Formats: sequence, C-alpha cells, structure tokens
Amino acid sequence: MTITEVGRARLRKEDAHLITGRSRYTDNMTLPGMLHLAMVRSPFAHAKITSIDTSAAKSSPGVVTVLTGADVAAEQGSLPNVWPVTAEQKAPAFPSIAVDEVAFAGEVVACIVARSAAAARDAVELVDVSYDELPVVLDLEEAFTDKVLAHSNLDSNLSATWVFDSGEAGTGKPIAEALANAEVLIERTFYQQRLIPAFMEPRSIVVDPTSEQITMWSSTQIPHILRLILALTLGLPESKLRVIAPDVGGGFGGKLTVIPEEFITLMAARRVGKPCKYTETRSESLQSGHHGRAQVQKVKLAATKDGIVTGLDIQLLADMGAYLGIIGSGVPILGAFMYNAIYKFPAYRLECNNLFTNKAWTGAYRGAGRPEATFAIERLMDELAVELGMDPLEVRKKNWINNEEFPFTTVTGLEYDSGNYEAATAKAVELFGYDELRAEQVRRREANDPVQLGIGISTFTEMCGLAPSRVLGALSYAAGGWEHAQVRVLPTGNVEVVTGTSPHGQGHETAWSQLVADRLGVPFENIEVLHGDTQVSQRGLDTYGSRSLTVGGMAVLAAADKVIEKAKVLAAHLMEASEEDIEFTDGKFSVKGTDQSTAFGEVAFAAFSAHNLPEGFEPNLDSDATFDPQSFSFPHGTHLAAMEVDTETGQVTIRKYVCVDDVGVVVNPLIVEGQVHGGLAQGIAQALYEEAVHDDAGTLVTGSFVDYLVPGAPDLPHFTTARTETPSTTNQLGAKGVGEAGTIASTPAIVNGVLDAVRHLGVKDIKMPCTPSRVWAALEEAKTTGGVQ
Amino acid sequence: MIPSAFDYAAPTTVAEALGVLADAGDDVKVLAGGQSLIPVMKLRLADPAMVVDLGRIGELSGVRDDGDALLIGAMTTHHQIATDPLIVEHVPLLAQAAATVADPQVRHRGTFGGALVHADPAGDMPAPVLAADATFILAGPNGERRVAAADFFQGYFTTAVDDGEILTHIRVPKYTGWGSHYEKFTRVAQQWSIVAVAAMVRVEGGTIAEARIGLTNMASTPLRATAVEQALAGAPLTAEAIATASAHAAEGSDPASDLNGDAAYRRHLAEVLTKRAVIAAAGL
Amino acid sequence: MASSKTITVEVDDVSYTDDVEPRLLLVQYLRERLGKTGTLIGCDTTNCGACTVHLDGVSVKSCTMFAVQADGHSVTTIEGLARDGKLAPLQQAFHQCHALQCGFCTPGMIMQSASLLTENPHPTEQEIRDGLEGNLCRCTGYQNIVAAVQAAADGTVSADGTVSADSDEAETAGVA
Repeated sequence: MTITEVGRARLRKEDAHLITGRSRYTDNMTLPGMLHLAMVRSPFAHAKITSIDTSAAKSSPGVVTVLTGADVAAEQGSLPNVWPVTAEQKAPAFPSIAVDEVAFAGEVVACIVARSAAAARDAVELVDVSYDELPVVLDLEEAFTDKVLAHSNLDSNLSATWVFDSGEAGTGKPIAEALANAEVLIERTFYQQRLIPAFMEPRSIVVDPTSEQITMWSSTQIPHILRLILALTLGLPESKLRVIAPDVGGGFGGKLTVIPEEFITLMAARRVGKPCKYTETRSESLQSGHHGRAQVQKVKLAATKDGIVTGLDIQLLADMGAYLGIIGSGVPILGAFMYNAIYKFPAYRLECNNLFTNKAWTGAYRGAGRPEATFAIERLMDELAVELGMDPLEVRKKNWINNEEFPFTTVTGLEYDSGNYEAATAKAVELFGYDELRAEQVRRREANDPVQLGIGISTFTEMCGLAPSRVLGALSYAAGGWEHAQVRVLPTGNVEVVTGTSPHGQGHETAWSQLVADRLGVPFENIEVLHGDTQVSQRGLDTYGSRSLTVGGMAVLAAADKVIEKAKVLAAHLMEASEEDIEFTDGKFSVKGTDQSTAFGEVAFAAFSAHNLPEGFEPNLDSDATFDPQSFSFPHGTHLAAMEVDTETGQVTIRKYVCVDDVGVVVNPLIVEGQVHGGLAQGIAQALYEEAVHDDAGTLVTGSFVDYLVPGAPDLPHFTTARTETPSTTNQLGAKGVGEAGTIASTPAIVNGVLDAVRHLGVKDIKMPCTPSRVWAALEEAKTTGGVQ
Repeated sequence: MIPSAFDYAAPTTVAEALGVLADAGDDVKVLAGGQSLIPVMKLRLADPAMVVDLGRIGELSGVRDDGDALLIGAMTTHHQIATDPLIVEHVPLLAQAAATVADPQVRHRGTFGGALVHADPAGDMPAPVLAADATFILAGPNGERRVAAADFFQGYFTTAVDDGEILTHIRVPKYTGWGSHYEKFTRVAQQWSIVAVAAMVRVEGGTIAEARIGLTNMASTPLRATAVEQALAGAPLTAEAIATASAHAAEGSDPASDLNGDAAYRRHLAEVLTKRAVIAAAGL
Repeated sequence: MASSKTITVEVDDVSYTDDVEPRLLLVQYLRERLGKTGTLIGCDTTNCGACTVHLDGVSVKSCTMFAVQADGHSVTTIEGLARDGKLAPLQQAFHQCHALQCGFCTPGMIMQSASLLTENPHPTEQEIRDGLEGNLCRCTGYQNIVAAVQAAADGTVSADGTVSADSDEAETAGVA
C-alpha cells in the first residue's frame, strides 16, 4: 500500500465554515414555536427547601410554565453514576431539579419555560424559594472526619475507598517492606486545586419533541452515551430519541458528562409539546457545570541512597463534590495506574477515598486522574534529587524503563507497549540548552539577582486509548471501550466515513479522511466524515481519554479493510479472474501477473448498479467495523521549563518551554502540534493561574472570567515543540494518542521550575496555582524561619 | 446575560441630558461607554429603571488645548486617550495608563469620564488623574461646578457627582517635559490592577526636582503617595535614592485583601512598583 | 414596561430597520433578529471576546453594547469579512496556520486581529499577543493564532490556502 496521506500536515476540512461564521453551535439553532428555559438556582451550598412559590413567575408575561422538583419528581429519576468503584460505593440521589434539599450552590431548584429568553430570565426573579440553611463541608480533610455531612440523609461523607496494593495484586512487592527499609524517605502532601474545564462554548441544549422521535441537540462530547442514559433514566425507548452534537465548542472532559439541564430541557419539551432551548450563561457554566482535579495527595516515596526508588505509597482524598457525576468516582482510579509513571520501582500502594462536599460535582477534566498522578511523582523525583544532591534528570535516568526493556509490565500490572525515554530526553535537553541554563542559574544565584532562574523537568507518560472493554469491566465501569465505524462507498466511488467518535475541535474529519484515503486510494477531497448524530452514526462511544485515533481510527481502518475485501470479490468477477489473484494498490484492483485492472470507482459503480454481480453478492460495498483494543498505548515525553521568579514581587514568568513528545506514529503533524499547544496551556494554567475558590458559605468566588483566570495570549510563551516517534505495538497504525499529553506533562514541569528557582532561598513548597502573592509569601516565610540553606 | 428592562433616552446636548435626568427620578443610570455598567446590568447587579446614554452628545468627546491644561471630554474613549497627540505630548502618563485598561475592544468603547465616575478602586484612570491634580467639570441643574481631583473620589465606587449631575470634561494641567510611567501589576494581562502606580517626575540635572505619585487599588479611592513625593523632591537621581523614597509608598494606604493578595502583600507591592515606576519615569 | 426604539443599522453592507427593546444587546440583535449566528457569546462579563465585531471599523465587544447604541452606525461581523466570495487574508491565515480547533473563539479572534492589523499593520509577536488580550481561546494555546496574524501581516498567506507537502513538513516540529 502506498502511503501518501498519513504523516502529512493536511489543512483541516473543518475550518471553512468556522472561519466564515457559518457555524452550527447548538445555541445557533432556532425552531418554529421554540420556547426558552431559564433556571432558578440555589444561592446556598446546603439547605432544606421549605417551600417554593411559583405563582408570580407563572403569571409573568410570556411565561408558559414553571417546573419544580415536586412537579417532575415522578419522572426525573436520578442522574446516574456509571462507575461504581467498589461494591459498597455510596451515592446520594442526584435529581435534575432538587426536591427537598440542595447540596451545592448553583443547584437547580426550578425551571422557567417562556416565549423568550428575556421573559424566562425575568421570571427567575419572581420565584420565591424558602430555605433552611444547613452546615456546609467544603474542605476535603474536614470532610474525611464526618464532623459535618454534605448530605443530611447520608451517615458519612465517604463514598468509597478503593485500594491498589502491588503486594496483594501480585504485581510487585508489599509497600510496608519498602517503606520500612527505605534509606531515604520523602513524605509530602500535594494539593490539586479544583479546576473548571471552561470550554469556550457554554453548554446549550435544544429539544424538539414534535414528531414521534424526540431530537436533542446538545453541546456534548458524548451524544451516544447521552442518548442511552436519557433513555434509561427517563424511561424512554432509546429508539424514540435522537441526539445530535453539532459543532461543539470545546469540551476537555467538561462535556464528558450528562447534566441536569439536559434532562430538564427534555422533560420540559415533552410537557409543553414545543421545542425548548436552554443555553447557560458563563457564570452558570462556571458555577454548576462539573469541576475537575480537587484532590489531596499524601505521598511517601522510598529510595536508596544512590537514588533508586524502591516504593511509593499514596493516600488520596478525592473530592466528588455534592454528587457522583457520570464517571466522577472513577477519575482518581484512572490516575491510580499512572503514579509509577515511567519508572520501574517494585512496590506501590494507593488508597483512594472518594468524599462528598458541598460543591459542584467533579468529573473528567483534560487528563482525568493522570495529571494528578504525574504531578505527584514528578514533584517527588525532584524532591529525591534535592535530598540526594543529584541532578533531577540523573535521578530520573536511574529509575526509568530503558528502551530495550519494552514491552514492560509495571508495578500496577499494566504492560507498556513501547517507549524511548532516552531519545526524547536527549532531544529535549539539546533543544533547551540545559547546560547553559544551569550555568546561568548558578550565576544568578551567586549574584543574588532579584530575578532567579529555575529549571523544571517533567518526564511523563500517560495511558491512552480508553479502553479495552475487559479492563473497564474489571474496574466495574458499566460500559465497554470499543469504537465503531462505517465506510459507505457511494456510486461515484466517493466515500462517507461514519465514526462513533464525536470530535469537538480535534479534527477527526481531516485525520480520518487521511486514514481512508491511504487505505482505499480515494482522494482526500472525495471523503466526507460524518459524526455526532445518533441517527447517522448509530453506534459509538464518543470522544475522551485520547481514545479517538487509537480506538476509533482503528475501527475506521478495519471498516475500510472490509470494503476492500468485499470489492475484491466483485473485481475478480468483473475481470473474470480468481479472487486470490486480485491485488489492490493505489485505488486499483489488478490481476496478478497481467496488465488487467479496474479502478475502485468502477467497482463501486458496479456494486451500486448491481447489473452484474457474482452469485450471492449483496449490492453495495458499505462495511461496518467495531474495534475493541486489547491494550492501552503509552505516549510519553520530556518537558523542560525555564522559569523566572521575580523575588521582589513573586511574579513568575516562563522564559522558555521545550517539549519533546512521543505520540507514536503521527497521522497529521499539524493537528498533533495543535493538541500539544492547547494541552500545555491548560497544564500551565493549573500551575500558575486557575483555581475554583469558594467562600466559607460554599459560594463560588471565582464565578466569572473576571476571577477565574483563564490565561490569555500575553500570559503564555512561545512553545518549542518537537517529537520522537516510537510506534505503539498495540494498534496497526502505531499511533499512541496526544489529546492530554501537554496538560499532563506541563503542570509539574512549571512547578518544579518555580521551586528550583527559589529553593536555595529556603522555599520548600508552593501550592498551586503559584500566584505572585503565594510565591512572595513563601519567600517571606523562608526569610523569617531562617530557611536559607 | 439579559438585563432587566429599562427605559432609554439618548439626548444630543448636555442641556437635554440634564433635563432628562431631572425628570427621571432616582432609579436612573448614566451610560457612557458602558464597559463597566453593561456587564453589571447583564448580571443584574444593577437594574435601573432608566438609562440615559451620553453617546450622542458630540460636545463631550475629544481633547483640546486649553492654555496651561488640556480639556478632555468625558466621552473620549480610552483608545483616544492612549493615542491622542496632545495627551502624548503634555500628559503622557494618561496615555500610558489608558493603554493598559482592560483590552483593545474595551478601550475602543470605554470612556475616560465613565471610568472616573465609576471610580472602581482597581480602575486605572483615577490614580493618574489624581496625581496630575486634574479638575473635574460637572454640569448640573444649578449650572456648572468644578471639583478638584483630591475631592472627587470619595469612597468605594463613590464620587462627588451628585444625582442629576453629569461629568462633562476633565481639565488636566500640562506636564510637558516631565517623565512618566504607569506600572501595573496583574496575574493575567486582562485583569484589573492588583496594584498599580502612576508616576510623574521632573528631573533637573542629576536631581529629581518634583514627583507626583498616584496609587491604584491601595484603598477604596485612588491615593497620592505624598510621603514618597516629599522624599523624592530634591533627591539625587539614583536607583538607591528612589528605592529609599519608595519605602514610604504604602503609608496611609488601606488596601483590601482578596484572591489576588492580602493587604500586606499589596503594601509590599506598592513599594516595589513605586520604585519601578519612578525609575522608569526618570528614564534611569 | 420599557418602550421599544426603532433603530437603523447597517450590518455587513445591508441596512436593517427594526424595533428593539432598549435592553437588547447588540450581539443578541445580530444573532436573534438578523440571524447572524456567526458572532458568538462566550461569557457574560466582557472577558472572552467571542462576540467581537467592528463598529464603524473598530473592534468592540457586541455583548457590551445595546443594540440601540448602534443606531445609525455600521457593523461588520465575521460573516461580512469575506469579499466577492474570497476569504479575507486573516481567514485564510487562520486556516493555513491551524489557528483554530473547536472554532468558538475564532470569529471574535479574527475580528479583533483585523482591527489590530488596521491599527498596527506590522506588529511584533508581543504586540500581537497584547492585541489579543481581550480574546480567550481554550484550545490552541494561542501559538498558531499569533502565527496566523503574523502571516496575514507579512502577506505570506497563499491565495488558495493550499500548502505544498514540503512546506507542510517545514511548518511543523520535526521528528528525530
């Protein structure tokens, strides 16, 4: 097969309509007779609802109806959690509209349905809700004590305790031994602050209940999963529901969720029999969409005096927020298999305690569990280097899996497919100018320069390609991890590729076209990729977890291969040759050893016209395939950050950022690089800028973009990106996955760099985000405690 | 995202505007550039019954030479302030500060007078205007009155502008030949100032002859750093002397504590930023 | 009840006269009354810039203006930027430099970039970054957006947007 498209930096097919404003985001939709929804939300983080008076709102101009929890109690059910991490996992009911009690500020208590968005918004002010306030629990460590309960009908804040122990699992040695025999023991507590996904398109939902099949447009990453869950929860036959994810303006895990507002809009539309639209404001999005991270990590790392890690013990407190989201319970578990990262130490234990608090529920946010794990281990490797007076790169080299050791089964039992940490690190060190920057760092220290320089390192890996269904089953996840595709061959020989993945910025239309162009020899331009509509793409498990190419892309290739197999039969028939003698290259079927050939398009037309088919041959060449991966793939990379810290103000600046990522075989380098850039921005934002902050009453203080500081163009540096290419061995393409790499890798690189700049002044740790005031306070504290070494 | 309903008037002269305001009752807001008012109306933190839009009063826009001062119309946009040749020549501090307000789009709509009357403690225009000893010209039912900058800012979002009055012009003395700099400290570019320092210095030979320093967000109103000004007057033009003088920057301040830093941090920032602003203004 | 006002606004070269409630924001007028849904709403606090349009040729946030304020003025949206069926150089540059992923910030980002280049036709990288401070993007890390604005300023955008295979490779990070 001649490869022409895979590896090309093809410009995206998706762009034309987006750069001209011909976009199809959900809020752009208008339907005849459409009504508008507005939500009444609880101002309290924890309270009993004692009464709701909707009479004034109902008589407000333009209002059609007002729904309360009591009105929909019989039909609304509970938003499901599909990942019971233990058999004993506890989860409070999660109604779309609160009935008796609210457990976070921003929870929906009533919904206005009106003829215009303005009329709906006006009526929100007229709903009179009486509350009896209850005590709130906001802090994770306090939640663990159960002194205050997040839900008055639960007897504990603990949802589940999940444990992995390499000694018990038989994948390694017992941790107790490693800790007892440690020559060096590093103990730390790391705080993963609460983050908000902050996709640029606020969530929006339109439901059209007219006709026999209800149609929902939603700004979601998961149209297929959403359809199933709506059907199961609301008692609607799946076949009566069509879900469409049109243009979706970013997700980052924040739209890997089902939300109360989707249920409410559907219930409202069913009731009034008219199309209904709900579009959240940004403030609502920040307040009541799911949040991410929010963990406390108590970590112990055991090592020998010469820097060999011998064991790692983790105790996690993971904030579920007020309810268990669809997969919120499983997010820390995704990280549990990544704390060992690229290292080959023998003993590992992780205990994860999932806890309820009176804040918005948590869920996936770019990386989902893996950034937290990577942060902890990469911070610890630096701490170990400091403890031993070694170069942090040297400590990593002593412990990482060498290239010749792949495939390598880690202490968690996962088999890493391939990797070349040596090559990526060597390239990064060279591009960075590591030795020169170290020399400058020494000079600045000696000169007592007010601006100090630090070098941050992160040698990360992550697990991509969610997921082998059997693995998900073993982890008690309710669904599988396969992906589906269909290749439809049109009479002209043009091709439609239907994918079960649901892109929202990732460029699947372009990349899948490249895959199929190579496989079928059909020009890139003659391929259309269809997605995000359950009526078109009838099966799929959607887009998240850097799975689309390594799982969905493989399904596309498998479907294309089936087309070829079927077409070969027809080509043989048309050329009066034996099937075994047919070869397919460059879009042509030819008979071995002859100059006889027929083009793909000719075979396609013959299959369509069906005038002359072999006995038993069904007209048309369309084929389906479902791919279930047997294993994960493990991209990796080395990220180096030169950080400048202004010791007078605490201001932190990224002077240089170099990353060398190995994502295996690349289909489109332009798209890969774009994914890396965006991932870096989000990881850096965790390190330096973003945090969801609540006041003592549980109100979100960072409730708008005025206070929730998503970095802008002047706040981020120019990134130097490069790649090494170590093909994955777990899929036929050798691809690994790139969607989350930058986010996972960059956070510890930045924080390690900040600390490296000021550690010699006595600073031992700084909580994220490393704001100027925190950095300055740490420097001041180091002065007063005489911490200068 | 959707404000409460309101009545709207767009007078075309100051006299007409005063008439509308006189008839409108208490629940009225004056709309200038709207870059602060409209966001709070969208969040329904403000829901006036009536909005009086000054955007169609031509006489309120523009900068003109007024002898020893510049007369700046209240509806002159931040973008105009940042680029106007008269301002750049005679009070460059105003141009420097205006160029840091929010973002380009906001600077295209937001107005000098609007920002001053809004009087957000973190806003960037009040401190330079205070440092420059500007005079505020107010039109009201009883005619025109003038208020010195020192008396204009009265508290958190509160100014000397009374109900029924509008700010029409700001008269800013010329500081031709003075060095100036606006040193703004934020966590992300688009943010309101955590602390900022507006500095103007007149250098004679190797000496700082005169200095004027305004502080942003160090109290509920903009402040003059008078102790620094006094310490700088007659001081040698050296980084050491400036640093010594700047140590007085937080005297008399009363900064807030919030997500971006507590009061102690802000006091410390005021000193560091004052030093930097003066050094930059003096061209060291 | 507040009385409505009659306004006449030229939007993308077409003159419209409508009765509007004073509280109607310009962005809502564009989207809901004129069907100009290319202009998007990303926040409610004048931070994100997704709604950026040109008012009489300069960039403004259309979420922070009432439609009545646009009476008698001229508005250009992302939908009016292409001329005679030809993409504007910035639109072409955003495509060519892969300066968009989900596309939601893109209309505002392009409109602000156009205003920036009008005011400063040859900006430095820092000036581009500063000029885009009022536009948030969550996908791209801004690097390719900055490159696109630079390309449009430098006139290195090809007319048809195609890039040869060789230059494709040159524009992306190399592989060891």
